[in-house]
Amino acid sequence: MNRKNIAEELSFLKPRATSDGMAAFDCPPDRLLEAARALKERFECQTLTDIASVDMGLSAGEGRFGCVYHFFSHTKKFYVRLAAMCRSAAEPRLPSLTGVYPSADWLEREAFDLMGITFDGHPRLRRILMWEGYPYHPLRKDFPLAGLPAPLPDTFEGNEDATKVVPAPEEGGPFHSASESSGFSPQREPRSWEGKPGGR
Amino acid sequence: MDSSEFTYPEPAGLAEGRIGEKMVLNIGPSHPATHGVLRLKLELDGELVTRADPMVGYLHRGQEKVAENLTYNQFIPFTDRLDYLAPICNNVAFAQCVEKIAGIEVTPRCKAARVIACELSRICSHLVGLASYGMDAGSWTVFMYCFTQREKIMTLFEQLTGARMTSSYARIGGLARDIPEGWLGNVNAFCNQFLPAFDEIDKLITRNRIFIDRTEGIGVISAEEAMQWALTGPNLRGSGVATDIRKDFPYLGYADYEFDVPIGVHGDCYDRWLVRMEECRQSVRIIRQAIEKMPDGPCNVSNPRVTLPPKDKVLRNMEDLINNFIVATEGPAIPEGEAYFEADNPKGALGFYIISKGAGVPYRVKIRAPSFITLSAMQHILPGHHMSDVPVILGSMDFVLGECDR
Repeated sequence: MNRKNIAEELSFLKPRATSDGMAAFDCPPDRLLEAARALKERFECQTLTDIASVDMGLSAGEGRFGCVYHFFSHTKKFYVRLAAMCRSAAEPRLPSLTGVYPSADWLEREAFDLMGITFDGHPRLRRILMWEGYPYHPLRKDFPLAGLPAPLPDTFEGNEDATKVVPAPEEGGPFHSASESSGFSPQREPRSWEGKPGGR
Repeated sequence: MDSSEFTYPEPAGLAEGRIGEKMVLNIGPSHPATHGVLRLKLELDGELVTRADPMVGYLHRGQEKVAENLTYNQFIPFTDRLDYLAPICNNVAFAQCVEKIAGIEVTPRCKAARVIACELSRICSHLVGLASYGMDAGSWTVFMYCFTQREKIMTLFEQLTGARMTSSYARIGGLARDIPEGWLGNVNAFCNQFLPAFDEIDKLITRNRIFIDRTEGIGVISAEEAMQWALTGPNLRGSGVATDIRKDFPYLGYADYEFDVPIGVHGDCYDRWLVRMEECRQSVRIIRQAIEKMPDGPCNVSNPRVTLPPKDKVLRNMEDLINNFIVATEGPAIPEGEAYFEADNPKGALGFYIISKGAGVPYRVKIRAPSFITLSAMQHILPGHHMSDVPVILGSMDFVLGECDR
């Protein structure tokens, strides 16, 4: 019932295939804000429960990055899924939902940090799980599992003794880190998605 | 450090009429009152918190990246390390989400076993939450009483899974092993002694004048705010919103059990305490019903592409050996698709959003960590309170940094 109502009222949403029977739609990125407002005001979706950033891989071309939003209605008890793919892969952008749902704040910061999607209108878009100044977005599919060498924060702020941060040794195990001396070798990756359908 | 480094602005009118000089106080990342490696940056005007900036990520292990490179069953031990106070709940939530994509319905015995294990985990997690909350409010005795009971649950987990905390009990389509003989009797014996012991904890602190003075009317979150900030679990129900995923979207056959969903009235720290206390009692109710109608039969679905064949067959038949080898190395065969599943965990709704491209390895796993969401609301909840109330509010929200940072 809700699925039909939402599809009727918001005609720019296109139904999306799912395996879990949830009301799911593809949303053009420039109308995401409008859709979120409508969900909150007209369909009693009080909560934005989750934002999942996705990278569909280099083969997806310009529409590579995007976010999958999950909304929940506490009064009517249903979930809605909206997927919005960014228009550009070089500079992925989406409108920020912080003005509609306060919980979007940290969720968008996380997507920015780990996937490198910029949210227009976010009051202070900063890294949240990785440290300020980290140069990569690790959840992108072209970022290797072993990691890439990156400068560590020298000292942490307010540390008057200026104790140097020393990286912990990461030798051994499947998650061998690529040190500068050994160089990065893709053979060390346990599994790689790009170019190998099926994952192996 | 100065005030300009804060991520979020000060709420309007908070320090109105005050002439005090602002001071920045840094708590953590290693501090007993922050329950883990949470770092809190507070701006204080005298004793009044005017801005709060929680800083997370000290325990970030890139679990979502790791998940894309492991088979579904290999990732289950990683879910132990999310909310490490209730590992079985995380295992089950992950397995349920994968089973949703594959359209697998687990066996009735598996469902009942998962329910018992999850509800024991809930009691276990709430006991730690209540214990440290009590300690933050100045009651050391409650801490010891709660941990005595928790230790008994830990022994039960050890009998069930072989590990106290890193249980890795669920598997896609079933369980790592069936319930050991006599274990249900031990759970029953635990429940029988738990309720009187829990009443004792209740009498120790719930009507204690000092405790009430420290928690009543502190950290008030209205129902509207709780929904806006996407709080879930006891923190949401403490604010009077009766949303419990076990009731609204009954997974694991929760619809067959009789239990009540306690909700708060004022949404303050005291209400959150009462909600957690009552949830423990309701969990005992569910466990007793599950023991009573524990069905016989297999605990794993018999789908050779998903679950491992029984060990005695693997050692005797060539086909089963090959089958065992393929499922163990390539992972369970999960069809293409995407699913989102939230389980009502002790810390709130733990959600998994999984995209499968049809292999034994997920394409993308997004973990919706309830503790992350709870901490994101701190910038809104803490300002306006006194510094001395901050540990009490943090304790009442009951978060775990392993889950927040992933």
